Amino acid sequence: MGFENMFTPEKFEKAWQVFLEEMPFAVWETFYVTILSTFIALLLGLPLGVLLVTGEKNGILPLPKWLLNTINVVINLLRSVPFLILMIMVIPLSRAIVGTSVGTVATIVPLVCAAFPFVARLVESSLREVNPNIIEAAQSMGASPLQIIVKVMIPESVPSLISNTTIAVTTVLGYSAMSGAIGGGGLGQIAINYGYYRYQYPTMVVAVILLIIMVQIFQSVGTHLSVRLDKRLK
Amino acid sequence: MIEIKNLYKTFESSEGRVEALKDVSLTIGDGDIYGIIGMSGAGKSTLVRCINMLERPTGGSVLIDGKDMGALPAKQLREERRKITMIFQGFNLLMQRNCMKNICFPMELAGVKSSDAKKRASELLELVGLPDKAKAYPAQLSGGQQQRVAIARALATNPRVLLCDEATSALDPNTTHSVLSLIRDINKKLGITVIVITHQMSVVQEICNRVAILDGGMVVEEGLVGTVFASPASAAAKRLVFPNGADELISNPACERRMRVVFNGARTAGTPLIATMAVKENILANILSAGTRCVDDKVYGSMLLGIPGGEEQFEKAKTYLESVGDVHVEGV
Ligand SMILES: Nc1ncnc2c1ncn2[C@@H]1O[C@H](COP(=O)(O)OP(=O)(O)OP(=O)(O)O)[C@@H](O)[C@H]1O
Ligand SMILES: [Mg+2]
Repeated sequence: MGFENMFTPEKFEKAWQVFLEEMPFAVWETFYVTILSTFIALLLGLPLGVLLVTGEKNGILPLPKWLLNTINVVINLLRSVPFLILMIMVIPLSRAIVGTSVGTVATIVPLVCAAFPFVARLVESSLREVNPNIIEAAQSMGASPLQIIVKVMIPESVPSLISNTTIAVTTVLGYSAMSGAIGGGGLGQIAINYGYYRYQYPTMVVAVILLIIMVQIFQSVGTHLSVRLDKRLK
Repeated sequence: MIEIKNLYKTFESSEGRVEALKDVSLTIGDGDIYGIIGMSGAGKSTLVRCINMLERPTGGSVLIDGKDMGALPAKQLREERRKITMIFQGFNLLMQRNCMKNICFPMELAGVKSSDAKKRASELLELVGLPDKAKAYPAQLSGGQQQRVAIARALATNPRVLLCDEATSALDPNTTHSVLSLIRDINKKLGITVIVITHQMSVVQEICNRVAILDGGMVVEEGLVGTVFASPASAAAKRLVFPNGADELISNPACERRMRVVFNGARTAGTPLIATMAVKENILANILSAGTRCVDDKVYGSMLLGIPGGEEQFEKAKTYLESVGDVHVEGV
């Protein structure tokens, strides 16, 4: 098929029609799936990331070695499975949790499974940036391990946590588009349905452009927040 | 009273064993400003961190008002730490909290009501001379100002002991002086025992009443600052008191008698002491070396004089110089 057949006036017209009729809802679906999945991934990943840092031998709340090793191995395992495979692997889990394995809501399960180990690693790296002398100062004032986590480590790394969360959001956005391949909704589904199955390339291009715009917006908001909340600058 | 008894600390690491503290015993009285001085790596930080058990000693004990710090369970130790607070070389303020909230931090940990904490924090900001910086963030302050906030924070829980680990090492001489004055005021006003860790003799001279010299993890000399300064006995003490080398070695062709004059806060900054001695007593002293500093109107440091004219002149000079307060003279 030649280039001129890929982008005919009829196809552009179709793209415009889809843009008006289906894209707004698709954008919304992609948006909330991304945000919700990242949020749940944070709920799971934040405590795990904290444990990875505080549970070390010289950490403020050392864990038994076997437990720390197990957490590390599980995170690495989940991180090394390609997302496409992971999506298929967790189908039984999706069925168990949301009752179905297809549709927009069901894709939240594989997205969370892929994102929370990633988030745990990001949180770990953020928390490691906190000046250990500040933690020691808090200990010298009689702070308990929990107080150190809640009042020192997390608040002190907020700017870094936000910029890392932004990375997580944009990664999850990419995955959510991929989930369109196995029955998830949103922009990814439109791109695959129209572009791959029906050769409606202009429609696919429009969907991709919208995805790019979303990534840009998430990234700018994240960067802006991270800079604005950082009291070390100025 | 702080009693440190036969304290040992050995670090085991992949590079081998480091004996950071070896049989350290010290008694620090209430209301003292106690200096612990030593070269880099002497074990000063390790010692001070053992006092509040941030570092667990390998042997020996630390008693604070009779309470064995090492034997306290975790929760009680945390309670006790509120009474033995600490300031650091790097200030270690919370960078994402403003000054007011930094000072409230230890009170927050202790469960003090927020409104009471704020009130106390304002008073403390006033005490350290930064009443207008409540809303400023640490990054907006100079080093000296940050250390003042750190001092205010350390005072928030009404401690009995203030530990200062190289608290002025990152500051310029003027700022050092003003921070040390603040620490001395606090000691006087609030009666808090202060332990000052430093590698600078000038800091000890300026505010401490007693000093211990640490070398290779051992206390090699301990006593009143004046005594240790006037006649340092150990090699480590001599190195610290006379950083320019042992001045006994300066050649002495005329075979004149020599004396070391130690100024320990003498109020002679405004008087030409040696010239006056020449005019009044007719003694022509030969200044061989001098390392003195003025702090306010007080002089610290030492001077090596050659006195020509034999024993009689020497004794005359000695009597004259010692008649000035806070000056100590010894023959070398
Ligand atoms: N956590 C540690 N692990 C291994 N060795 C350590 C540790 N902490 C300190 N040491 C060693 O103990 C010795 C004393 O260290 P310490 O920090 O107490 O010295 P210091 O007198 O405070 O020196 P400085 O003036 O440089 O701060 C040094 O040889 C140091 O290398
Ligand atoms: Mg040190």
